[in-house]
Amino acid sequence: MPIILKNLTLADGSRSDIRIEGDTIVEMGTISGSGIDCDSLIGLPGFVDPHTHLREPGFEASETVLSGSRAAAAGGYTAVCAMANTLPVADTAEIVDAVLDAGAEAGYCQVQPIGAVTNDLAGKQLSEISQMHQSRANVKMFSDDGICVSDPALMQEALAQVKVFGGVIAQHAQDPERTQGAQMNAGALAIELGLTGWPRLAEEDIIARDALLAEQTGARLHICHLTTAGGVEVVRWAKQRGITITAEVTPHHLLLTEELVRSYDPVYKVNPPLRTDADTKALIAGVLDGTIDVLGTDHAPHSAEKKEAEWGHAAFGMLGLETAASILHQVLAGTGSLTWQLFEQLISSRPAALTGLSDHGQLAVGRKANITVFNPHEDLAASTISQSLSSNNPYAGMVFKGRVQHTLYNGIFTVRDQKLQELK
Amino acid sequence: MTDRTVLSELDILRALKRIAHEILEANSGPENLLIVGIPTRGAPLAERISKILKEIEPGHSFESGVLDITLYRDDQDAASRQLGHTSIPVSGVHDKTVVLVDDVLFSGRTIRAALDALTEFGRPRQVKLAVLVDRGHRELPIRPDFVGKNLPTAISEHVAVNLVEIDGVDQVVISE
Amino acid sequence: MKHLVSIKDLNIDSAISLLASSQELALVNQRQVKKLPTLRGKTVVNLFYENSTRTRISFEIAAKRLSADVINFDASTSSLSKGESLKDTALTLEALGADVIVMRHPMSGAAQRLASSDWIRGSVINAGDGSHEHPTQALLDALTMQQRLDLGSNFKGLKVLIVGDILHSRVARSNIFLLKLLGAEVSVAGPETLVPIEISKLGVTVHHDFDQALADQPNVVMMLRVQAERMSKDLFPSASSYVKFWSLGGHRLAGLGPEVVIMHPGPMNRGFEISAEAADDPRSAVLQQVTNGLAVRMAVLQTTLSGGN
Repeated sequence: MPIILKNLTLADGSRSDIRIEGDTIVEMGTISGSGIDCDSLIGLPGFVDPHTHLREPGFEASETVLSGSRAAAAGGYTAVCAMANTLPVADTAEIVDAVLDAGAEAGYCQVQPIGAVTNDLAGKQLSEISQMHQSRANVKMFSDDGICVSDPALMQEALAQVKVFGGVIAQHAQDPERTQGAQMNAGALAIELGLTGWPRLAEEDIIARDALLAEQTGARLHICHLTTAGGVEVVRWAKQRGITITAEVTPHHLLLTEELVRSYDPVYKVNPPLRTDADTKALIAGVLDGTIDVLGTDHAPHSAEKKEAEWGHAAFGMLGLETAASILHQVLAGTGSLTWQLFEQLISSRPAALTGLSDHGQLAVGRKANITVFNPHEDLAASTISQSLSSNNPYAGMVFKGRVQHTLYNGIFTVRDQKLQELK
Repeated sequence: MTDRTVLSELDILRALKRIAHEILEANSGPENLLIVGIPTRGAPLAERISKILKEIEPGHSFESGVLDITLYRDDQDAASRQLGHTSIPVSGVHDKTVVLVDDVLFSGRTIRAALDALTEFGRPRQVKLAVLVDRGHRELPIRPDFVGKNLPTAISEHVAVNLVEIDGVDQVVISE
Repeated sequence: MKHLVSIKDLNIDSAISLLASSQELALVNQRQVKKLPTLRGKTVVNLFYENSTRTRISFEIAAKRLSADVINFDASTSSLSKGESLKDTALTLEALGADVIVMRHPMSGAAQRLASSDWIRGSVINAGDGSHEHPTQALLDALTMQQRLDLGSNFKGLKVLIVGDILHSRVARSNIFLLKLLGAEVSVAGPETLVPIEISKLGVTVHHDFDQALADQPNVVMMLRVQAERMSKDLFPSASSYVKFWSLGGHRLAGLGPEVVIMHPGPMNRGFEISAEAADDPRSAVLQQVTNGLAVRMAVLQTTLSGGN
């Protein structure tokens, strides 16, 4: 039975109906017959998260591929890229294929594994990059996220290897030497709170170094979760220089600042750390001028005992999948420069291109029906999110403008009328 | 809320003079007396009584002191209170007749606490109690020796003693 | 005031009130009978994740003077060293009926974490959390300044110089916050690595030369203990150069005015940050600080445990 979405507003402002048969978009434009009314709702290609932690295998108390996929669907995502810092680490073809299969089994979205750059994320020895690329999972993005590939020789070699097949290295830019024991953004507040500071330079000069390595090798470099005004400057410089670099920002770094650390509530403990108001402004400027390419959630679930602890003992990370689109909408609307084209680029088309997910990122006849219908008129109370196994949600009590109305993954509703659907 | 003034400035002065005379009479003279006020308003009352005693017995010097009872209350959970000042003359309380002075006698719990607090300073020969107003409703077997005015009240009423030293005016007011 | 986690829990009125109560209790501590019935039936737990015999004993005597029952929960002899979480420890103490938890912890923010959790119903008193705060130390220091310099409740115009490892010092932070709240002028001095310039954002004057700092004629010179165990690499000059540039003694001691108060939170490294002569000088208030610590902790226990919490 075909699905017809009626009266959608597309990102370019045009009005269109969409007719779906099986897993494919078969018709767009004005379609006769009745369907699901989407008047005043925005029709977008399904969202793609280039940066998710699904915690399986190894940390299933925090999240599983299934629970994380459900959270993704609830947030409007039709594809997520699963970071490699599982246990065991996703550093072989067997493990990435297992994650791929678990995603297909769950069925809520495409789960694309990211391969580790180095064996066991140890930063000593490159992993089986080409084997992971040639596996069924067809890995194109590699990252040691959570840990920086800090050895420049190793980083250069990794870039050279992925260059062969057009892959990309996603770098977690953090000089380990200068961030030993770091707990929050370095500066006056860290001094006031007696917490070890995380210097912005320890992020920025890794970006600069890697940009030069990318230029040298001609390979694609992606910078995960940019947090500082200086980092935005470095990426802007690298792009002007013609270096093949892309940059990502998280919803939390666009919205939250270090002031929250005053509570010592570990729900605000995240790597890289929340920075200052000036940084969020620079990040938003970077989003608007195209320096920052994509939104990545860095969805990092942690079971309660890892957060119900002293700040210093607690784990880094916060939930993100279910709130990301609403936060992006609110932040962009707050600048007065919201366009649905930019919104689509940040959350769907560019991350799909970055990660090589060709079934996502575009609404067109003949393509897979991966569609998210966004409702900019209704609010999302962040406290109500509920799909993750974990509850490290830093937005409790906050209300965001706009929310996901429907999500279709390969022609199947995973979210309909704001409700997650039970598949099977 | 209706306020009713039950003692004026002059009434208070008369009451204190009468109390001073009664103290001397009960003690058979001015010897070995120590007048101790309980903060907040018992302290200036004790000073006034000492001053009146000196006027009555000019040849004699009367000692007075202040005894804060905050740390001895039996309702520590009820409210957060700053400690008041305590000062007992260096000659101490041993073998003296201590007259505790407070503004209003109500449940008796303040006086119970004061008796405990006083014990820390030694063993008086006897302890007497003087109050400006006794409003009844005792919760402990405590009885005043010298009373300025017996004032039958409803439990819901509030008795406020105002003194020049603290409130800028001398009066006793009942409000509902 | 249910908890005392940070000086920021106080405003000027509550700080002055706490100091006034402390002064009264200091007088009580001079009486022959020092026991007060105030906290009869209350249970005070000293939960110490870091060894600090001095602070623990001070809180213990303070609680006992107020007739509370005191339990010492020491990390080195308990389940704490077996990896029990703070939450489970707190739940256990709650189940045992703790009315106050006095906590010393190596991590900044631990006391606030405990106080803002729903793990306990009782009060939390911070006895030092990492590099963050040590509020009772700041209060006892302020009380000592009041007594020595006859300040009353007026700290305006008072000049306090704090010397040493400001970056890692909870004593320095709490003193800065409290003294600023009370209206005093605070300056800090130490090597650049231990006194970063951003510290000036806390509202203090920063010196990197001890003699220049003393030239401003502070009324109080507070020397901090050098905590070698807190140092990571490269923060610290050699011991001999530290003594040369940052120790109070010799010509610096000789140059201090007769009314200047020398303070140290203890335990002192004699011959290191403070010379033996300075420690024993009549201007040194070190033992008065210890005595006042008792009064301040009694006042804090009384205040946190009374009132309609």
